[in-house]
Amino acid sequence: MSDLFYNSLRFVGLMLFQVLILNHFMLFGLVNPFVYILFILMLPLAIPGWLLLVLGFLTGYLMDIFMTGAGLHTAATVFMAFMRPFVLRLATGTKEPETVVYPGLSQMGARWWFSYTLSLVVLHHFVLFVLESFSFNQLGYTLLRIILSVAATEILILLFSYFFTLRNLKR
Amino acid sequence: MYNLVRFLQKHHFFILFVFLEVLALSMLSRSHHYQRASINHRTNNLAASIYHLQSHISDYFSLRYQNTILQKQNAELLHKLALAHLPEPQPDSILKERLVDYIPARVINNTVNLRNNYIIINKGYRDGVARDMGLISADGVAGIIIGVSEHYATAMSLLHQHSVLSIRFLKNDQIANLHWRGGNYRQAEVVDIPSHVIPQQGDSLVTSGHSFVFPEGIMVGTVDEVMESEKGNLNSARVRFSTDFGKLRYVYVVKNVYQNELDGLAKIKTNE
Repeated sequence: MSDLFYNSLRFVGLMLFQVLILNHFMLFGLVNPFVYILFILMLPLAIPGWLLLVLGFLTGYLMDIFMTGAGLHTAATVFMAFMRPFVLRLATGTKEPETVVYPGLSQMGARWWFSYTLSLVVLHHFVLFVLESFSFNQLGYTLLRIILSVAATEILILLFSYFFTLRNLKR
Repeated sequence: MYNLVRFLQKHHFFILFVFLEVLALSMLSRSHHYQRASINHRTNNLAASIYHLQSHISDYFSLRYQNTILQKQNAELLHKLALAHLPEPQPDSILKERLVDYIPARVINNTVNLRNNYIIINKGYRDGVARDMGLISADGVAGIIIGVSEHYATAMSLLHQHSVLSIRFLKNDQIANLHWRGGNYRQAEVVDIPSHVIPQQGDSLVTSGHSFVFPEGIMVGTVDEVMESEKGNLNSARVRFSTDFGKLRYVYVVKNVYQNELDGLAKIKTNE
């Protein structure tokens, strides 16, 4: 019950933050941070695979409605949700890390959490920006956008997870 | 049968992934051409009303700037009004008829930092806004309406990879097409200028009036830099938009009064 509550809260909070604030953030048209994917990253480990994919689809679809771009965020987020179990295994080195129930800074530790989030953010942003430009003649420009946006998203994700950790400690 | 069930059970994660990804990509491919994007587009009321609420707050921050722009436009209109009172040399009933109508609207959401940008405005079909109408600001062209709901409409911004605008050089009436190649939202490109026409820096570009979406002679931008072709085929030019998309707030939807008639003509032409 509290899983459902905290995840819904995080979902609404991240969505509003993304739509109302981050989408208006502009730096030379190059940096577009997408922090809403933190919702998928922080879903509990025990979540069944099909639910993970469906939630990825719904999150991306809702983002697409707000961004007026049909299918773009849906495709990227579903792909990221699909890759999550594999990346988790790679990042932690074990199939099912015993100490981790909820992925996050507090339970995974800084090194695991960083490599886990960074890999998935890179995968998500790569699919997103390549599909958006949909051509290879601006490859340099697209790659630059990917690199800068990944950096911005990752920094924000680390800040957010630090904030979530503080709250967990108080509880 | 049992084997099939076993197979599905074993690989359900992968199969569901492929299914959802194909679904997403098919949505994406349908939106990849202007015509198809415009057919499939629905302006979402939930998204629009959240943006509406937000713009209520953020509007206050740009009041001073917006006032200056509106004041400037007022001054220009007053100037034109004064000229209009002069006796016409030859009264012509056709010229007196009103060809276009302007519906004032407010931008409630707008982006400039993506490859494909859209503008959401607070007027919908209730106010007479329809698909394929033009959207202009006080400074120049802004976009084309691609979707309407009851109270809101979505426009494809000029800052979109599928938006191509037919323009005319004010100085020599040369027609060309304007594209936006991404990146800087103040600059666009014209790549199909014939080699014998060499634009100068500062030349004005206006709408050509060939598309019926925009009336003729609406400001688009000025030439920033001319790039002459080395092989001697087509010159290109970098253009500075006259509209500042980053500060877009008050806009007008251009409604062609004879749109139905023009559509009918186009149909007759294609049927032949």
